[in-house]
Amino acid sequence: MKIHVTDQQGNAHELEGIEGWRVMEIIRDYGLPIKAECGGACACATCHVYIAPEWTQKLYPMQDEERDMLDVAPNVTDYSRLSCQIIMTEKFDGLTLTLAPGSEP
Amino acid sequence: MTESKGTYFKTDVIIIGAGPVGLFAVFELGLLDMKAHLVDILDRPGGQCAELYPEKPIYDIPGFPVITGQGLTENLMAQIKPFAPVFHFSQMACALKRLESGHWELTTDEGNRIEAPVIVIAAGGGSFVPKKPAIPGIEPYEGTSVFYAVRKMDQFKGKHILIAGGGDSALDWTLNLQPIANSIALVHRRDDFRAAPDSVHKMRALVAEGKMKLHIGDIKSLTGEGAQITSVHIHSKDAGDQEISCDTLLAFYGLTMKLGPIADFGLHLHENLIPVDTEKFETSQKGIFAIGDINYYPGKLKLILSGFHEAALMAQQAFRYVYPDKKLRFQYTTSSSALQEKLGVNDQAG
Repeated sequence: MKIHVTDQQGNAHELEGIEGWRVMEIIRDYGLPIKAECGGACACATCHVYIAPEWTQKLYPMQDEERDMLDVAPNVTDYSRLSCQIIMTEKFDGLTLTLAPGSEP
Repeated sequence: MTESKGTYFKTDVIIIGAGPVGLFAVFELGLLDMKAHLVDILDRPGGQCAELYPEKPIYDIPGFPVITGQGLTENLMAQIKPFAPVFHFSQMACALKRLESGHWELTTDEGNRIEAPVIVIAAGGGSFVPKKPAIPGIEPYEGTSVFYAVRKMDQFKGKHILIAGGGDSALDWTLNLQPIANSIALVHRRDDFRAAPDSVHKMRALVAEGKMKLHIGDIKSLTGEGAQITSVHIHSKDAGDQEISCDTLLAFYGLTMKLGPIADFGLHLHENLIPVDTEKFETSQKGIFAIGDINYYPGKLKLILSGFHEAALMAQQAFRYVYPDKKLRFQYTTSSSALQEKLGVNDQAG
Protein backbone atom coordinates (compact mmCIF):
# COMPACT_ATOMS: atom_id res chain seq x y z
CA MET A 1 0.00 0.00 0.00
CA LYS A 2 1.15 3.52 -0.80
CA ILE A 3 0.78 7.03 0.57
CA HIS A 4 1.35 9.96 -1.79
CA VAL A 5 2.81 12.91 0.08
CA THR A 6 3.56 16.39 -1.23
CA ASP A 7 6.00 18.15 1.09
CA GLN A 8 5.98 21.82 2.13
CA GLN A 9 8.21 22.65 -0.86
CA GLY A 10 5.81 21.06 -3.32
CA ASN A 11 7.87 17.93 -4.01
CA ALA A 12 5.93 14.69 -4.42
CA HIS A 13 6.94 11.47 -2.64
CA GLU A 14 5.54 7.95 -2.76
CA LEU A 15 5.77 6.29 0.66
CA GLU A 16 5.25 2.63 1.50
CA GLY A 17 2.33 2.45 3.93
CA ILE A 18 2.78 0.39 7.09
CA GLU A 19 -0.30 -1.31 8.52
CA GLY A 20 -1.22 0.00 11.96
CA TRP A 21 1.23 2.91 11.98
CA ARG A 22 0.10 6.49 12.34
CA VAL A 23 0.43 8.31 9.03
CA MET A 24 2.59 10.89 10.86
CA GLU A 25 4.98 8.09 11.90
CA ILE A 26 5.23 6.80 8.34
CA ILE A 27 6.02 10.31 7.07
CA ARG A 28 8.62 10.83 9.82
CA ASP A 29 10.15 7.36 9.29
CA TYR A 30 10.55 8.12 5.58
CA GLY A 31 12.56 11.19 6.54
CA LEU A 32 10.22 13.90 5.32
CA PRO A 33 10.19 17.17 7.28
CA ILE A 34 7.40 16.93 9.84
CA LYS A 35 7.67 18.53 13.27
CA ALA A 36 5.17 16.33 15.16
CA GLU A 37 6.58 17.69 18.41
CA CYS A 38 4.23 15.92 20.82
CA GLY A 39 5.08 12.56 19.25
CA GLY A 40 1.54 11.53 18.34
CA ALA A 41 -0.39 12.51 21.47
CA CYS A 42 -2.79 14.83 19.61
CA ALA A 43 -1.40 17.67 21.71
CA CYS A 44 0.40 20.06 19.36
CA ALA A 45 -1.03 20.21 15.79
CA THR A 46 2.44 20.24 14.20
CA CYS A 47 1.68 17.18 12.02
CA HIS A 48 -1.09 19.08 10.19
CA VAL A 49 -1.78 17.85 6.63
CA TYR A 50 -4.27 18.58 3.86
CA ILE A 51 -6.03 15.44 2.64
CA ALA A 52 -6.81 15.26 -1.10
CA PRO A 53 -10.52 16.12 -1.53
CA GLU A 54 -11.40 12.65 -2.85
CA TRP A 55 -10.04 11.09 0.34
CA THR A 56 -11.65 13.26 3.03
CA GLN A 57 -14.89 11.26 3.16
CA LYS A 58 -13.12 7.89 3.13
CA LEU A 59 -11.17 8.49 6.35
CA TYR A 60 -12.62 7.96 9.81
CA PRO A 61 -14.24 11.17 10.99
CA MET A 62 -12.38 13.45 13.36
CA GLN A 63 -12.76 13.06 17.12
CA ASP A 64 -13.37 16.17 19.25
CA GLU A 65 -9.77 16.12 20.46
CA GLU A 66 -8.40 16.42 16.93
CA ARG A 67 -10.93 19.14 16.06
CA ASP A 68 -9.86 21.05 19.19
CA MET A 69 -6.15 20.76 18.42
CA LEU A 70 -6.66 22.06 14.89
CA ASP A 71 -7.49 25.40 16.57
CA VAL A 72 -3.74 25.94 17.06
CA ALA A 73 -2.71 25.00 13.52
CA PRO A 74 -2.29 27.75 10.94
CA ASN A 75 -4.23 27.83 7.65
CA VAL A 76 -6.86 25.25 8.57
CA THR A 77 -9.19 24.26 5.73
CA ASP A 78 -12.00 21.74 5.19
CA TYR A 79 -9.29 19.26 4.18
CA SER A 80 -7.21 19.66 7.35
CA ARG A 81 -6.35 16.64 9.48
CA LEU A 82 -3.68 15.80 12.02
CA SER A 83 -1.68 12.95 10.50
CA CYS A 84 -1.03 11.40 13.92
CA GLN A 85 -4.73 10.66 14.16
CA ILE A 86 -4.94 8.60 10.95
CA ILE A 87 -3.96 4.96 11.41
CA MET A 88 -2.77 3.35 8.18
CA THR A 89 -4.67 0.36 6.87
CA GLU A 90 -5.20 -1.37 3.48
CA LYS A 91 -8.41 0.62 3.01
CA PHE A 92 -6.32 3.78 2.72
CA ASP A 93 -3.96 2.44 0.03
CA GLY A 94 -3.28 5.39 -2.27
CA LEU A 95 -4.02 8.05 0.39
CA THR A 96 -2.91 11.40 -0.96
CA LEU A 97 -2.01 14.37 1.21
CA THR A 98 0.07 17.54 1.46
CA LEU A 99 2.14 18.64 4.47
CA ALA A 100 0.57 21.90 5.70
CA PRO A 101 2.49 25.07 6.53
CA GLY A 102 3.58 25.00 10.18
CA SER A 103 4.37 21.27 10.07
CA GLU A 104 8.00 21.87 9.07
CA PRO A 105 10.54 21.18 11.85
CA MET B 1 26.33 45.82 33.36
CA THR B 2 23.31 44.48 35.15
CA GLU B 3 19.71 45.37 34.40
CA SER B 4 17.90 47.02 37.27
CA LYS B 5 15.89 43.87 37.90
CA GLY B 6 18.96 41.70 37.38
CA THR B 7 20.17 39.74 40.37
CA TYR B 8 23.37 37.75 40.77
CA PHE B 9 23.23 34.19 42.05
CA LYS B 10 25.94 31.65 42.75
CA THR B 11 25.30 27.94 42.97
CA ASP B 12 26.81 24.52 42.23
CA VAL B 13 24.81 23.58 39.15
CA ILE B 14 22.54 25.50 36.78
CA ILE B 15 19.93 23.36 35.08
CA ILE B 16 18.36 24.78 31.93
CA GLY B 17 14.88 23.30 31.70
CA ALA B 18 12.53 22.24 34.51
CA GLY B 19 10.95 19.30 32.72
CA PRO B 20 10.96 15.81 34.25
CA VAL B 21 14.62 15.19 33.45
CA GLY B 22 15.78 18.58 34.79
CA LEU B 23 13.76 17.97 37.95
CA PHE B 24 15.21 14.50 38.49
CA ALA B 25 18.70 15.92 37.96
CA VAL B 26 18.10 18.00 41.11
CA PHE B 27 17.62 14.73 42.98
CA GLU B 28 20.74 13.01 41.67
CA LEU B 29 22.83 16.14 42.22
CA GLY B 30 21.33 16.64 45.67
CA LEU B 31 22.31 13.17 46.81
CA LEU B 32 25.88 14.19 46.01
CA ASP B 33 25.57 17.48 47.95
CA MET B 34 25.23 19.75 44.93
CA LYS B 35 22.74 22.61 44.99
CA ALA B 36 20.87 23.52 41.83
CA HIS B 37 19.15 26.50 40.24
CA LEU B 38 16.71 25.81 37.39
CA VAL B 39 15.79 28.20 34.58
CA ASP B 40 12.65 27.61 32.53
CA ILE B 41 10.69 29.73 30.10
CA LEU B 42 7.38 28.32 31.35
CA ASP B 43 5.82 29.72 34.53
CA ARG B 44 5.73 26.32 36.24
CA PRO B 45 7.67 23.04 36.40
CA GLY B 46 7.02 20.05 34.14
CA GLY B 47 8.16 21.12 30.67
CA GLN B 48 6.37 19.17 27.95
CA CYS B 49 4.58 17.16 30.66
CA ALA B 50 3.00 20.39 31.91
CA GLU B 51 2.51 22.20 28.64
CA LEU B 52 1.69 19.54 26.06
CA TYR B 53 0.11 16.65 27.89
CA PRO B 54 -0.68 17.34 31.57
CA GLU B 55 -3.78 15.13 31.42
CA LYS B 56 -2.39 12.42 29.13
CA PRO B 57 -1.36 9.09 30.58
CA ILE B 58 2.27 7.93 30.41
CA TYR B 59 2.77 4.15 30.66
CA ASP B 60 6.54 3.73 30.55
CA ILE B 61 7.78 5.34 33.74
CA PRO B 62 9.40 2.53 35.74
CA GLY B 63 7.30 1.65 38.76
CA PHE B 64 4.22 3.53 37.55
CA PRO B 65 1.82 1.42 35.45
CA VAL B 66 0.16 4.70 34.51
CA ILE B 67 0.76 8.33 35.48
CA THR B 68 -0.25 11.64 33.90
CA GLY B 69 2.23 14.32 32.89
CA GLN B 70 0.93 16.46 35.75
CA GLY B 71 1.12 13.56 38.21
CA LEU B 72 4.71 12.81 37.27
CA THR B 73 5.64 16.48 37.67
CA GLU B 74 4.01 16.66 41.11
CA ASN B 75 5.77 13.49 42.24
CA LEU B 76 9.15 14.75 41.05
CA MET B 77 8.58 18.06 42.84
CA ALA B 78 7.86 16.12 46.05
CA GLN B 79 10.92 13.93 45.50
CA ILE B 80 13.32 16.88 45.11
CA LYS B 81 11.81 19.02 47.87
CA PRO B 82 14.52 18.07 50.43
CA PHE B 83 17.14 19.65 48.16
CA ALA B 84 15.38 23.05 48.01
CA PRO B 85 16.10 23.84 44.36
CA VAL B 86 15.79 27.48 43.27
CA PHE B 87 13.51 28.04 40.27
CA HIS B 88 13.78 30.92 37.82
CA PHE B 89 10.50 30.60 35.92
CA SER B 90 9.25 32.60 32.93
CA GLN B 91 12.84 33.25 31.90
CA MET B 92 14.86 32.15 28.94
CA ALA B 93 18.49 31.14 29.29
CA CYS B 94 19.96 33.45 26.69
CA ALA B 95 23.73 33.68 27.07
CA LEU B 96 26.51 31.62 28.53
CA LYS B 97 30.11 32.64 29.11
CA ARG B 98 33.12 31.11 30.80
CA LEU B 99 34.59 33.21 33.60
CA GLU B 100 38.28 33.47 34.37
CA SER B 101 37.76 31.17 37.35
CA GLY B 102 36.64 28.44 34.95
CA HIS B 103 33.05 28.76 36.19
CA TRP B 104 30.15 29.48 33.85
CA GLU B 105 27.89 32.49 33.98
CA LEU B 106 24.40 32.18 32.57
CA THR B 107 22.31 35.26 31.78
CA THR B 108 18.53 35.10 31.47
CA ASP B 109 16.33 37.37 29.38
CA GLU B 110 15.20 38.99 32.65
CA GLY B 111 18.75 40.13 33.20
CA ASN B 112 19.47 37.72 36.04
CA ARG B 113 22.94 36.19 36.13
CA ILE B 114 23.80 32.86 37.70
CA GLU B 115 27.30 31.53 38.25
CA ALA B 116 28.20 27.86 38.67
CA PRO B 117 31.00 25.43 37.82
CA VAL B 118 28.51 23.12 36.09
CA ILE B 119 25.75 23.68 33.53
CA VAL B 120 23.20 21.00 32.75
CA ILE B 121 21.11 21.51 29.62
CA ALA B 122 17.87 19.59 30.03
CA ALA B 123 15.90 21.71 27.61
CA GLY B 124 13.98 18.96 25.76
CA GLY B 125 12.85 20.31 22.39
CA GLY B 126 13.93 23.83 23.29
CA SER B 127 12.01 26.81 24.68
CA PHE B 128 8.25 26.95 24.48
CA VAL B 129 7.43 30.08 22.53
CA PRO B 130 4.07 31.29 21.18
CA LYS B 131 3.03 29.97 17.78
CA LYS B 132 2.74 32.84 15.37
CA PRO B 133 -0.42 33.08 13.35
CA ALA B 134 0.03 32.73 9.59
CA ILE B 135 -1.07 36.25 8.73
CA PRO B 136 0.88 37.93 5.95
CA GLY B 137 2.57 41.20 6.90
CA ILE B 138 2.11 40.79 10.68
CA GLU B 139 5.79 41.34 11.60
CA PRO B 140 5.92 45.17 11.68
CA TYR B 141 3.11 45.23 14.26
CA GLU B 142 4.60 42.64 16.62
CA GLY B 143 5.45 44.03 20.04
CA THR B 144 3.70 47.36 19.38
CA SER B 145 0.10 46.52 18.58
CA VAL B 146 0.18 42.75 18.03
CA PHE B 147 1.08 40.49 20.97
CA TYR B 148 1.29 36.76 21.66
CA ALA B 149 1.44 37.01 25.43
CA VAL B 150 0.40 39.41 28.17
CA ARG B 151 3.17 40.49 30.53
CA LYS B 152 1.53 43.58 32.01
CA MET B 153 -2.24 43.96 31.96
CA ASP B 154 -2.05 47.73 32.43
CA GLN B 155 -0.59 48.06 28.97
CA PHE B 156 -4.01 47.19 27.53
CA LYS B 157 -6.07 49.64 29.58
CA GLY B 158 -8.45 51.66 27.42
CA LYS B 159 -7.54 49.79 24.24
CA HIS B 160 -9.78 48.46 21.52
CA ILE B 161 -8.73 44.83 21.72
CA LEU B 162 -9.28 41.90 19.41
CA ILE B 163 -8.31 38.53 20.87
CA ALA B 164 -7.80 35.53 18.60
CA GLY B 165 -7.99 31.88 19.64
CA GLY B 166 -10.26 29.36 21.34
CA GLY B 167 -8.21 27.93 24.20
CA ASP B 168 -7.79 28.89 27.84
CA SER B 169 -5.31 31.70 27.17
CA ALA B 170 -7.66 33.39 24.69
CA LEU B 171 -10.70 33.04 26.94
CA ASP B 172 -8.91 33.92 30.20
CA TRP B 173 -7.45 37.10 28.74
CA THR B 174 -10.78 38.03 27.18
CA LEU B 175 -12.40 37.82 30.61
CA ASN B 176 -9.49 39.52 32.42
CA LEU B 177 -9.08 42.40 30.00
CA GLN B 178 -12.78 43.04 29.33
CA PRO B 179 -13.24 45.28 32.41
CA ILE B 180 -10.27 47.52 31.57
CA ALA B 181 -10.47 47.59 27.77
CA ASN B 182 -12.33 50.28 25.88
CA SER B 183 -13.81 47.57 23.72
CA ILE B 184 -13.07 43.88 23.35
CA ALA B 185 -13.89 41.23 20.78
CA LEU B 186 -12.95 37.59 20.36
CA VAL B 187 -12.37 35.91 17.01
CA HIS B 188 -12.19 32.14 16.65
CA ARG B 189 -12.36 29.86 13.64
CA ARG B 190 -15.42 27.95 14.87
CA ASP B 191 -18.24 28.45 17.34
CA ASP B 192 -16.83 25.81 19.66
CA PHE B 193 -14.14 26.37 22.27
CA ARG B 194 -11.68 23.99 23.86
CA ALA B 195 -11.21 26.35 26.83
CA ALA B 196 -12.67 25.55 30.25
CA PRO B 197 -16.50 25.44 29.97
CA ASP B 198 -16.88 27.96 32.79
CA SER B 199 -14.80 30.55 30.91
CA VAL B 200 -16.82 29.92 27.75
CA HIS B 201 -20.09 30.47 29.69
CA LYS B 202 -18.78 33.74 31.11
CA MET B 203 -17.65 34.91 27.67
CA ARG B 204 -21.04 34.08 26.14
CA ALA B 205 -22.77 35.94 28.96
CA LEU B 206 -20.69 39.06 28.20
CA VAL B 207 -21.65 38.74 24.54
CA ALA B 208 -25.35 38.43 25.48
CA GLU B 209 -25.06 41.55 27.69
CA GLY B 210 -23.52 43.45 24.78
CA LYS B 211 -20.24 43.96 26.67
CA MET B 212 -18.13 42.23 24.04
CA LYS B 213 -18.36 40.82 20.54
CA LEU B 214 -17.70 37.33 19.23
CA HIS B 215 -16.71 36.77 15.60
CA ILE B 216 -16.43 33.35 14.00
CA GLY B 217 -13.89 33.27 11.22
CA ASP B 218 -10.22 33.28 10.24
CA ILE B 219 -8.00 36.34 10.26
CA LYS B 220 -6.89 36.98 6.69
CA SER B 221 -5.04 40.29 6.85
CA LEU B 222 -4.27 43.38 8.90
CA THR B 223 -4.46 47.07 8.14
CA GLY B 224 -2.45 49.71 9.94
CA GLU B 225 0.05 52.53 9.83
CA GLY B 226 3.66 51.87 10.72
CA ALA B 227 3.63 49.56 13.71
CA GLN B 228 0.05 50.42 14.71
CA ILE B 229 -2.81 48.24 13.48
CA THR B 230 -6.15 49.90 12.81
CA SER B 231 -8.25 46.96 11.69
CA VAL B 232 -8.30 43.22 11.17
CA HIS B 233 -9.95 41.50 8.22
CA ILE B 234 -11.64 38.21 8.89
CA HIS B 235 -13.32 35.73 6.62
CA SER B 236 -16.05 33.36 7.65
CA LYS B 237 -18.00 30.86 5.63
CA ASP B 238 -21.35 32.14 6.90
CA ALA B 239 -20.79 35.87 7.31
CA GLY B 240 -18.31 36.40 4.47
CA ASP B 241 -15.62 39.06 4.84
CA GLN B 242 -15.67 41.53 7.71
CA GLU B 243 -13.39 44.34 8.83
CA ILE B 244 -13.04 44.77 12.59
CA SER B 245 -11.60 48.02 13.92
CA CYS B 246 -9.15 47.62 16.77
CA ASP B 247 -5.82 49.02 17.98
CA THR B 248 -4.55 45.85 19.66
CA LEU B 249 -4.50 42.24 18.51
CA LEU B 250 -3.70 39.48 20.98
CA ALA B 251 -3.27 36.11 19.28
CA PHE B 252 -3.18 32.88 21.28
CA TYR B 253 -2.51 29.84 19.12
CA GLY B 254 -0.65 27.71 21.63
CA LEU B 255 3.06 27.23 22.11
CA THR B 256 5.70 25.48 20.08
CA MET B 257 9.27 24.48 20.87
CA LYS B 258 12.20 26.40 19.41
CA LEU B 259 15.80 25.64 20.25
CA GLY B 260 16.53 29.34 20.76
CA PRO B 261 19.78 30.77 22.16
CA ILE B 262 21.15 27.31 23.08
CA ALA B 263 22.04 27.04 19.38
CA ASP B 264 24.66 29.75 20.03
CA PHE B 265 26.31 28.11 23.05
CA GLY B 266 29.08 26.67 20.84
CA LEU B 267 28.15 23.02 21.36
CA HIS B 268 28.58 21.69 17.78
CA LEU B 269 24.95 20.68 17.26
CA HIS B 270 23.94 17.54 15.41
CA GLU B 271 20.58 18.23 13.68
CA ASN B 272 19.58 20.66 16.47
CA LEU B 273 20.63 18.19 19.17
CA ILE B 274 23.64 18.42 21.47
CA PRO B 275 26.16 15.59 21.05
CA VAL B 276 27.36 14.05 24.32
CA ASP B 277 29.44 11.07 25.40
CA THR B 278 27.61 8.16 27.02
CA GLU B 279 29.78 7.94 30.10
CA LYS B 280 29.23 11.40 31.55
CA PHE B 281 26.72 12.97 29.13
CA GLU B 282 29.08 15.89 28.83
CA THR B 283 29.17 18.12 25.74
CA SER B 284 32.21 19.28 23.81
CA GLN B 285 32.61 22.00 26.47
CA LYS B 286 34.03 20.92 29.80
CA GLY B 287 31.50 21.41 32.58
CA ILE B 288 28.47 21.63 30.27
CA PHE B 289 26.27 18.54 30.24
CA ALA B 290 23.18 17.76 28.15
CA ILE B 291 20.57 15.25 29.28
CA GLY B 292 17.10 14.21 28.11
CA ASP B 293 15.53 14.82 24.70
CA ILE B 294 17.99 17.55 23.75
CA ASN B 295 21.10 15.36 23.62
CA TYR B 296 22.35 13.02 20.91
CA TYR B 297 24.48 9.89 21.02
CA PRO B 298 24.37 6.65 19.04
CA GLY B 299 21.34 4.63 20.10
CA LYS B 300 19.62 7.58 21.80
CA LEU B 301 15.95 7.04 22.62
CA LYS B 302 13.88 10.11 23.48
CA LEU B 303 12.27 8.62 26.56
CA ILE B 304 11.86 10.19 29.99
CA LEU B 305 13.49 7.12 31.54
CA SER B 306 16.60 7.58 29.37
CA GLY B 307 16.87 11.12 30.70
CA PHE B 308 16.67 9.88 34.29
CA HIS B 309 19.58 7.49 33.67
CA GLU B 310 21.57 10.27 32.01
CA ALA B 311 20.95 12.54 35.02
CA ALA B 312 22.44 9.95 37.40
CA LEU B 313 25.62 9.53 35.37
CA MET B 314 25.96 13.25 34.75
CA ALA B 315 25.89 13.89 38.51
CA GLN B 316 28.93 11.65 39.03
CA GLN B 317 31.08 13.82 36.79
CA ALA B 318 29.51 17.08 37.98
CA PHE B 319 30.63 16.14 41.50
CA ARG B 320 34.25 16.03 40.32
CA TYR B 321 33.95 19.62 39.07
CA VAL B 322 32.08 20.96 42.10
CA TYR B 323 34.24 19.12 44.66
CA PRO B 324 37.58 18.51 42.92
CA ASP B 325 39.28 17.53 46.18
CA LYS B 326 36.62 15.18 47.51
CA LYS B 327 36.37 11.45 46.94
CA LEU B 328 33.08 10.28 45.49
CA ARG B 329 31.42 7.57 47.54
CA PHE B 330 28.81 5.46 45.79
CA GLN B 331 25.86 4.73 48.07
CA TYR B 332 22.28 3.42 47.97
CA THR B 333 19.36 5.39 49.38
CA THR B 334 18.04 2.11 50.82
CA SER B 335 20.98 1.55 53.12
CA SER B 336 22.91 4.80 53.48
CA SER B 337 22.03 6.76 56.59
CA ALA B 338 23.97 9.70 55.15
CA LEU B 339 21.73 9.79 52.06
CA GLN B 340 18.63 9.29 54.17
CA GLU B 341 19.63 12.25 56.28
CA LYS B 342 19.86 14.43 53.15
CA LEU B 343 16.41 13.22 52.15
CA GLY B 344 15.08 14.02 55.61
CA VAL B 345 13.53 10.56 55.93
CA ASN B 346 14.94 9.86 59.37
CA ASP B 347 13.16 12.94 60.74
CA GLN B 348 9.84 11.43 59.74
CA ALA B 349 10.72 8.06 61.26
CA GLY B 350 11.36 9.91 64.52
